[in-house]
Amino acid sequence: MNTADYLALFTALAPEVIVVCTALLVLAVDLLGLQGTPHSYRMSIAAGLTTLGCGGAVVWIFLNPTVGNWHGGMLVIDPLNETVKAVLLLLTVLTAILSVDCKFTRHVGEYFALLLLATVGMMLLVSTEELLMIFASLELVSLTLYILVAFNKDSRASAEAALKYFLFGGMSAAFLLFGFSLLYGLTGTTHVPKMAEKLFTIGADPLLTVALVMVVIGFGFKVAAVPFHLWAPDAYQGAPLPSAVFIASGSKVASFFVFAKVLLLGFSQLGWGDEEKATGGWIPLLSIIAAVSMVLGNLAAIKQTSVRRLLAYSAIAHAGYMLIGFLAPGGDAFGSLLFYVTTYALTTVGAFGVLGVVESQVGGDQLKDFAGLARRAPVLAWCLMVFLLSLAGIPPLAGFFGKFYLFAAALTNGGHHLPFLWLVILGIAMSCVSLYYYLQVLKQVFVVEADENARPLVVSSLSRVVVVLLAVVTVLLGCMPGWLLDTIPTAIGERGW
Amino acid sequence: MLAWTIYLSFAGALACLLTPRDNPRATRAVAFGTALAGLMCALIGAMQFKPENGLEVITNVRWIPALGIDFSLAADGISVTLVLLTGIAAVAGVLFSWNVERRTNEFFAFFFALIGGVYGVFLSLDLFLLFVFYEIAIVPKYFLIAIWGSTRRDYAAMKLALYSFIGSGMVLIGMLAAYAVSGHTSFDLQALAQHSFAPEFQRWAFPLVFVGFAILAGIWPFHTWAPTGHSAAPTAASMLLAGVVMKLGAYGCLRVAMTLFPEGLKMWQHELAALAVTGIVYGALVALVQKDFKFVIGYSSVSHMGFVLLGLATLNEVGWSGAVLQMFSHGVIAGLLFAVVGRMVYDRAHTRELDALEGMGLARKMPFAAVTFVIAGFASMGMPGFSGFIAELQVLIGAWQAFPKLALLAGVGIVIGVVYTLKTTAQVFFSDKPASAEAHDHDHPLDPISVPERLGAALLIFCTVVIGLHPRLLLDLIVPSFKSPLFDGLRKVAGL
Repeated sequence: MNTADYLALFTALAPEVIVVCTALLVLAVDLLGLQGTPHSYRMSIAAGLTTLGCGGAVVWIFLNPTVGNWHGGMLVIDPLNETVKAVLLLLTVLTAILSVDCKFTRHVGEYFALLLLATVGMMLLVSTEELLMIFASLELVSLTLYILVAFNKDSRASAEAALKYFLFGGMSAAFLLFGFSLLYGLTGTTHVPKMAEKLFTIGADPLLTVALVMVVIGFGFKVAAVPFHLWAPDAYQGAPLPSAVFIASGSKVASFFVFAKVLLLGFSQLGWGDEEKATGGWIPLLSIIAAVSMVLGNLAAIKQTSVRRLLAYSAIAHAGYMLIGFLAPGGDAFGSLLFYVTTYALTTVGAFGVLGVVESQVGGDQLKDFAGLARRAPVLAWCLMVFLLSLAGIPPLAGFFGKFYLFAAALTNGGHHLPFLWLVILGIAMSCVSLYYYLQVLKQVFVVEADENARPLVVSSLSRVVVVLLAVVTVLLGCMPGWLLDTIPTAIGERGW
Repeated sequence: MLAWTIYLSFAGALACLLTPRDNPRATRAVAFGTALAGLMCALIGAMQFKPENGLEVITNVRWIPALGIDFSLAADGISVTLVLLTGIAAVAGVLFSWNVERRTNEFFAFFFALIGGVYGVFLSLDLFLLFVFYEIAIVPKYFLIAIWGSTRRDYAAMKLALYSFIGSGMVLIGMLAAYAVSGHTSFDLQALAQHSFAPEFQRWAFPLVFVGFAILAGIWPFHTWAPTGHSAAPTAASMLLAGVVMKLGAYGCLRVAMTLFPEGLKMWQHELAALAVTGIVYGALVALVQKDFKFVIGYSSVSHMGFVLLGLATLNEVGWSGAVLQMFSHGVIAGLLFAVVGRMVYDRAHTRELDALEGMGLARKMPFAAVTFVIAGFASMGMPGFSGFIAELQVLIGAWQAFPKLALLAGVGIVIGVVYTLKTTAQVFFSDKPASAEAHDHDHPLDPISVPERLGAALLIFCTVVIGLHPRLLLDLIVPSFKSPLFDGLRKVAGL
């Protein structure tokens, strides 16, 4: 290996390098220069630097479109990865901006550095096709996220949430590693496409099913699908708001992308399993997980009085919907999944943004704290309506088209027999349920009047800009889904899936 | 021109929202302007429209090529008729909401979002687009009832929203399945209508989509949202619910379920007709025993919408055109009835209990309301000279050819309709019963009927009388529509 190779590798990794350098810079600036200055000042500087760094990385990605494969799939860069990375960086920026108004820690530099490190982990996660690298970057993401959840040292709930998240996460990492080791034992390789070729010659094998189940458990935890969801409501509720935002958005996008990659690329042969050899495939397995996630997530959300928990259960339900995307044929699977998870992430960040304002001004995240929001903060109230209705899947908002594309793609698989019709029916029925609880929140916002002595909320211009921008994006992506949709298939098309 | 009705309404919704909160006069002006502009566009569009051309494409732009979705709007005589109805209902709705003082800007924003969605459904040629507009109409209904409504508004609003959403969910399933089975290339209604779906597929897809839409048209036994929703809603919202929203459902049945799955209609024809007639008779019987004035009208809507569904199920052109005419006619008449009950009576007397109203001598205090209600009642009973007569007669003729026994039963429904309308009119307006002591204490003069109310009532009465005396105005629009290629499959199945 000569120096030119290192240079090429460095160029390919430049976005990640930029983000790592930003993390160090934020840490250094805050620790060396800003101790003793006001908290909000430190927050603003750190968030500003984060935004600059991530923005720089995005600019680099768009200016230097790279395609390449280094070290046998350790690092793979193609337009699809680049798109996902850009989305992840955007979500990081949004999280950083929303953090500015939250007062949950004195350790500003450390907080933003960890946020950026988690972002690096996610970026590496989406740009590799190597099981080892997947595991390593997944650990980087997970470990930073555990700390981010625990970051509010004054809150018992925060510590409890982090511990739960950590214990479940550790278990699932073990499952994942076990699955990977079985795969390595069976195929002798950790490179996902090569593994797929080997599996094609091996054919169905009971051991393979075991490996498959392990992998699904591992990733099922990351995406909070039932029955691996138990950490989610507590983590969403206990974590500092920006950490919850990041788990709900960035982590979701990255995990779903890599989950889809491993299953659809690696196990493409094992879709339906093999009845003769009594081995199960992942299609029936995922259908069931999707179904129970949708049912349990949506039904449990009905009973919630805390909006954070409500959003957590709705996240579980949405994970179920996204799993339906896996059942679509080929490129449509990635296309529909990416559209859904991206729009979902943006919408959720918006909803959390409004939630953050209500929490800091009214003092809680209970449904009743939202009473009369339409009077107290009209702009935020209308934005919240856009976000929640988008989550419920009402047109012309992004969430509707996401669901629609997902269902249409899943139904077109399998010809005239419509094997996934039952799942689509269940999904649609469950979105009726979801409309009920989203309307419960909106009823508080628009219908119920606030107390007489309730004053208008003071909304910082930063939060307002972010929330309004996200609402506009949600509407535009719903009306013009082609903007995002055209980039995804083009990117997929270049992979030749 | 017709397409502008949609854009204007959504723009109007936004404009109303942006008017200052404490200046209802400004909002009202914007709202009235929007509604009037919409009606004008509809009228001009209707005059320029040439019925003999069948389906006239207005706009056709690629929208989401990946899924074969186009932004395509088109109109035939049926759409034009219903767009006209929507325009009329919107203007009347604004006129009868002149007294909304609380959160006026939000009220009209929701109002026009609903109207825009309704226009959109009537003009969409792409199934996806139609569905988008159909769902846009759901959320404003919820808020109109939940915020500005009366009796049990929370319950009624949620019930209506969930019923609508479940119905549209059923439609979505059928529509996605049709898309997948037809080779997933296009959502264009014409393309889908030309694909002949396997009979086994039609057997389950047709009832799914038809009932999904018909829930919103108040098909028995899924009608229960209608009376509660109508009575809880503020006047303008009940006028829109009964006037145009129920038509959305019926229109969807005709435009989507029947054209896509004509053989399915043939298979389920008798069951549907039976449900429709049950609705007619049941709605009328229940209206007979109601204690709440608005519930009487609510159940009468269920009964009259039964005629629309019966007409659709007849599988002959007389029945179909009767059904479309009945949509228009009922839209106007129900709007008028709800205007009298909700705005003229309830907003002044503050009660809708028939027994309480009986002693108030309303005919003496509000002669205008009494006369309007008598006219609306006559129109609703199906007296010759009003639009209801000609529409229900056509449906009955069509039904007589297809299923004579059910047609007879529907006739019984009309008779019951006469009974409850006369009974209610007599009790509320022309009762001799002396006022009870308690009511006597409150026997103060009621506010006079305002100018906007008079204008609105005059507009609606004018429409029902004109169509009653000269039905060809609309029939010349409606009948040629069934010749367009969209209805090829349906005509073939019907043997026409």
